[in-house]
Amino acid sequence: MPLPKRESLMRTRILASLMLLAFALPLGMPAAPAAQGAPIKIGFLAPLTGPFAQIGKDMVNGTELFLDEIKREVGGRKIELIVEDTEGQPATALNKSRKLVEQDKVHVLTGGLLANVGYALQPFIDGAQIPATYPVIAADDITQRKPAKWIVRTGWATSQPMHPFADWALKTTKYRKVVTIGMDYAFGYETVGGFQRVFEEGGGQIVQKIWTPLNTNDFAPFLSQIRRDADAVLALFVGRLALQFVKQYQEAGLQGKLPLLGGGTTTDESVLPQMGDEALGIVTALHYSQAIDTPANQKFARAFEAKAGKISSYYSEATYTNMRWITDAIKAVGGKVEDRPALLAALRKVDIKDTARGPLSVDAYGNPVQTIYIRKVERVGGRLQNTVIATYPGVSQFWKSKPEDYLKQPLYAREYPPCKYCQ
Amino acid sequence: MRDRRGIIIGIVAIVVAAAVAPVLSAYPLTLLTQVAIVAVLAMSLDVLLGYTGLPSLGHAAYFGVAAYAVGILATDYQRGFLVCLLVGLVLATLTAAMFGLLAIRATGTYFLMITLALGMVVWGLAFRWVSMTKGDNGIAGVPRPDLGLPWNLGAPLPFFYFVLAAALLAWALLGLLVRSPFGLTLMGIRESESRMRALGYNVWLHKYLAFIISGAFAGFAGVFWAYYNGFVSPVDVQLVTSVETLLMVALGGPGTLAGPALGAALIVFLKNFVSVYTKRWLLILGAVYIGVILFAPRGVLGAFRRKP
Repeated sequence: MPLPKRESLMRTRILASLMLLAFALPLGMPAAPAAQGAPIKIGFLAPLTGPFAQIGKDMVNGTELFLDEIKREVGGRKIELIVEDTEGQPATALNKSRKLVEQDKVHVLTGGLLANVGYALQPFIDGAQIPATYPVIAADDITQRKPAKWIVRTGWATSQPMHPFADWALKTTKYRKVVTIGMDYAFGYETVGGFQRVFEEGGGQIVQKIWTPLNTNDFAPFLSQIRRDADAVLALFVGRLALQFVKQYQEAGLQGKLPLLGGGTTTDESVLPQMGDEALGIVTALHYSQAIDTPANQKFARAFEAKAGKISSYYSEATYTNMRWITDAIKAVGGKVEDRPALLAALRKVDIKDTARGPLSVDAYGNPVQTIYIRKVERVGGRLQNTVIATYPGVSQFWKSKPEDYLKQPLYAREYPPCKYCQ
Repeated sequence: MRDRRGIIIGIVAIVVAAAVAPVLSAYPLTLLTQVAIVAVLAMSLDVLLGYTGLPSLGHAAYFGVAAYAVGILATDYQRGFLVCLLVGLVLATLTAAMFGLLAIRATGTYFLMITLALGMVVWGLAFRWVSMTKGDNGIAGVPRPDLGLPWNLGAPLPFFYFVLAAALLAWALLGLLVRSPFGLTLMGIRESESRMRALGYNVWLHKYLAFIISGAFAGFAGVFWAYYNGFVSPVDVQLVTSVETLLMVALGGPGTLAGPALGAALIVFLKNFVSVYTKRWLLILGAVYIGVILFAPRGVLGAFRRKP
């Protein structure tokens, strides 16, 4: 039935005005003045919705904790933190970065969790010439083969802890034949690759490499493949998968028979409280452990637990120290954050002796030189922790190679280094 | 003329967008650019969902295939815009032609499931064919196209006009398509497949062609998406992208072309503006979806139209 003409006209008008409103809305957004004395704006990206929301929350909490400690002020200027949700998606992260840089006019852009977000933002950050830091994103090439001019990594490179870890395994254990099992994506390749390279250079053998799809629920088919004549198993899992893998490793009767080594996230404190005795004895390597016994870390760990109601993980430490790093750089330029090249230079010069995770400095490619901790899961005072059993101070992302030599080898990938000893 | 109102609203929206663009700052402008691209994707799905009655859950596949083609050609091989556009379109069309053969036989839920599965195949390829697609790291650094025009398409404003012109072209072509005898036949099939068959129409062929055309236009959107983000990753081909496109069509009003474009605009702006003010923006988005289903089951634009 046709509508009466007047009514349909009205609807058209309503709709047209709604659309005008939608397009006019961005016009009304205030553009902030960038004068001295105005607050310093820091844009922070984290996945606050979607499967990584819990980690995103840890990241925000770590950041807020440090800002609260310095009363949100540095160099006589207030700090304003603008948090944006990336949904863990590169396209959304790009949109939000544009918003932070072009509309909010932030002085520093920081945050991000996943490697693909890191790679997606890199051209934008270099194009916009905005000083940026990556506290968590660890994809090797961001500070290696495709170094970004405007990004300083305050976190780590994926393979960085794995080189000393292999060295440790060669020197202190009798493991010579190791099976690797890891998540089938870049983070897995770079973790396993880093271990394999140093392990095989030192005379060890990787005798089998197993990759599991990211949506695996049942690890039984993979666990039954593991060669029982190996000396140890190196596992790399994150989040839910770490919980499931470690549990099923025990259920398959492998715990105690084949010692379990792992990339740091396999027993990270973001999953450790949900694990039980099945995790005991797993040895992993990372640039942080909640159990590091230094005053700086104990202070941070206590303060974080009081604020967030859960124990600190490497994600929260990363963003906490990241904010300290940024504010140190701001102090170094006397609060003049409008001078972007100067701020970037200051970010690249940061040298802090007493962070929660130990001394930090930056290499020429923008990645921290830092202490790597070899950690073993133990039960202390009724709860599981990553007890530090060995430390490697001053570890560079290039391990003991010269950067030029290191960068000649390809990026660690599914098929690189090739598995020479696999049958 | 049934669709005149949609056309008028669409033209008004485009004129307003083109007029206000020069005074907008860079961020809202990039959002408008995104709306224009996603609108083409939503309209391409509308040909299937709204006009032919085939709800596809794998539309991100064609979008993604074209985006990947551009990503690979523009970075590894440094090809220009025309080569990328052409290859992107051809590959998307071929993918749709291949998937159509498998999917068109099914209807209803089975069609949904098959398109979903085929979409996941492309996602799997993007994720696992690392030597070609760089896996989940994605392909970064896709340069903006250089057409040798006096305007630098790297800047937000010229690029917006460029994309807007492309979207307008897609809208016009799709509009002609759905008004053609071919489009009317598709609507006939949507209303009653058996009657159309009895009347002597080759129903399978019509559905198959609609599927391919729809895929080709999704690929068209994908080409611009790769240039817009400068980045292609498996996220672009994953299920969420397909579902979101489906929601845009449902929200705006299936079978109206302008409706899905409006739905695309609504979702992009809701996602990007509401999330600034509240972390609970998904709740608001959900409320909008439910509201539309309850009060305007034929979509926002459908609600303003005469009952069929």
